[in-house]
Amino acid sequence: MEIWRLPISASQRGKLISAGYTTLSSLSSISSSDLARESKVSESEALDILKFASHSHSGGWEMSSGNCSIFEGAQNAWDMLHEEESLVHITTSSADLDNILGGGIHCKEVTEIGGVPGIGKTQLGIQIAVNVQIPHGFGGLGGKAIYIDTEGSFMVERALQIAEACIEDMSEYNRFIRKDFQACEIRMQPKDILGNIFYFRICSYTEQIALINYLDKFISEHKDVKVVVVDSVTFHFRQDFDDMALRTRVLSGMALKLMKLAKKFSLAVVLLNQVTTKHTEGSFQLALALGDSWSHTCTNRIVLYWNGNERYAYIDKSPSLRSASAAYSVTRRGIRNSSSSCKRIKMM
Amino acid sequence: MANKMISEIPLPKSIANVFAARNISTAKDALSLTEFELMELLDVGLTEVRSALSQISEIVAPPYQTALSLMEQRFQNEHLGGHFPTGLKGLDAALCGGIPFGVLTELVGPAGIGKTQFCLKLSLLASLPTNCGGLDGRVIYIDVESKFSSRRLLEIGLRSFPEIFQMKEMAQEMAGRIFVLRPSSLSEFTQSLQQIKVSLLQNQVKMLVIDSMAALVSGEHEQGVRRQQTLSWHISFIKSLAEFSRIPVVVTNQVRSQSHDEASQYSFQEYLSCAVQSRDGIVETPTRYDSHLVAALGIHWAHAVTTRLVLEAKSGQRFIKVAKSPISPPLAFPFHITSSGISLLSDEGMELMGPEINSIHCQGHNEIINFRMESLV
Repeated sequence: MEIWRLPISASQRGKLISAGYTTLSSLSSISSSDLARESKVSESEALDILKFASHSHSGGWEMSSGNCSIFEGAQNAWDMLHEEESLVHITTSSADLDNILGGGIHCKEVTEIGGVPGIGKTQLGIQIAVNVQIPHGFGGLGGKAIYIDTEGSFMVERALQIAEACIEDMSEYNRFIRKDFQACEIRMQPKDILGNIFYFRICSYTEQIALINYLDKFISEHKDVKVVVVDSVTFHFRQDFDDMALRTRVLSGMALKLMKLAKKFSLAVVLLNQVTTKHTEGSFQLALALGDSWSHTCTNRIVLYWNGNERYAYIDKSPSLRSASAAYSVTRRGIRNSSSSCKRIKMM
Repeated sequence: MANKMISEIPLPKSIANVFAARNISTAKDALSLTEFELMELLDVGLTEVRSALSQISEIVAPPYQTALSLMEQRFQNEHLGGHFPTGLKGLDAALCGGIPFGVLTELVGPAGIGKTQFCLKLSLLASLPTNCGGLDGRVIYIDVESKFSSRRLLEIGLRSFPEIFQMKEMAQEMAGRIFVLRPSSLSEFTQSLQQIKVSLLQNQVKMLVIDSMAALVSGEHEQGVRRQQTLSWHISFIKSLAEFSRIPVVVTNQVRSQSHDEASQYSFQEYLSCAVQSRDGIVETPTRYDSHLVAALGIHWAHAVTTRLVLEAKSGQRFIKVAKSPISPPLAFPFHITSSGISLLSDEGMELMGPEINSIHCQGHNEIINFRMESLV
């Protein structure tokens, strides 16, 4: 029943099947007027149906130019490896954290970061929104950031503090490393950094869905956006919903769109999540909110937690990184390495 | 924006008719369904559904602003860039000017520690004219436990700002700007909130105080999680109220003892501690707050507040700690309650490491309470 694969409406599909067209090959050698007559659809509809059918049928045997793909739309693993290696990561400003992340936050992937209140999720979100703007000469992406605020926790004064510290760090790097080179002078001001953060304030889940739908158009118009931070993705989905099944469907639709955005524009998507208590194996444990089905939708998952007096980050889920935890701290200048001397990176 | 009618959105006639025929009248209805559900329901093709959804989304999505223009706008239009100074110098410095506008600030602590005193002082400050450090506006004080004392309020005013409060007309004017509501049940509170939202801007209300949030549910007979869910509508309503009116909202919260099956760690933390144990022979104990007191209302509430100020008593000394704040490091300031309200004993806060900042102690402050009560009479 290959007809199911065509993106046509249910009634058109029904008409085709009742007229006897159940496979794509049966549509390959018919003219649009015959199809219209036999299936009782209009001429223009028949033309559209044939266009869809030929599109998905012929894709199987064409060799598209360039990258030798046998299946249309697919990419072979070798080409993907080259692409992945050339992608720059977004640093978190903490070397330990960057280490366990394999260099930083990955582009083309959705990373979920969750933790208890006060652990530093918003701080990390703001740090990433600032660090994405680090110019190429300093190993950064030189891009802009979209910050989607659903809780009102974004404080401009804090973003300014972090931006100032970032520029100071870059100037220091300049002084120590690039003593001989006059090039790559820092002309960035903290205010410029703030000017490159596009801030959206969301007040309901409808606006959240609408905005994520709209982001495709927005980013097409602002191609230098390289990270989308959603702080937090949970808030509006934790109340308002009586129908849990609807919530799951809406959330997975949202996650898919974000993944598409990440892949299409080669940007990083960072989703900040809250924590809830879950009853497992006879005891209550902390877990990230939004349920089990949501936990499958993100590519990477990082949990921020307290360990003694230190803040730690743990890679809970990743296709390419091993489970590890590293300490970090939140300072006046933003996210930095933990200052304790006995820090260790625990590998599983 | 979410309740925008589909009829008001410029869609092609054919699809607009189909939406209406299937009873999808608001943008919220349309956006809550996935693309395939819409295709099934409306019996149209994928491209039409996609283009309709993208048009609806473009209209419903909120406009953007760069962080720079946000900052400039706030500094231009709002008092001190959107901060309400509390008069406690150390605290104001830590919070970059004072209590932030547009978000919830929570005061949590054991009974008798000074939460209501702090709220009284703040209400008074908000009513004062701007040249005295106030917001020059009205204050709505929702007093759930009937703790508001106008006599104490005027005493604070007289001691802190004698030049204003010694004149009877001025005292009357300032006190007249503070409106006290006393809802006796959760449903009354709900009603009051809805009325407040309507009249907030017209009546020049510059601050909202809710004392206390936890008392609203302790009267209802629900336990644990259900109790938290009862307030979830109110939490998002108050947040949106704060957001659109850009006023500071101060909410007090009670404490309760920690139950033994309280969740305190993630599932992977057990594995991590086992792995360390097998390697080094050192056992890392799971993080557990030392004190047996925790803030009431649960973790959902803890996520919803933007700034959490913990008031506690430790070894006979009272402290106000900035436990959660997007802008302040975790500092603790010693304070005491005087006839002129609340004042810090030191403007240099002690920086606390780790989750200690969240713990609530209640040691040895009973003596302080009794002593002070006598001197206040």
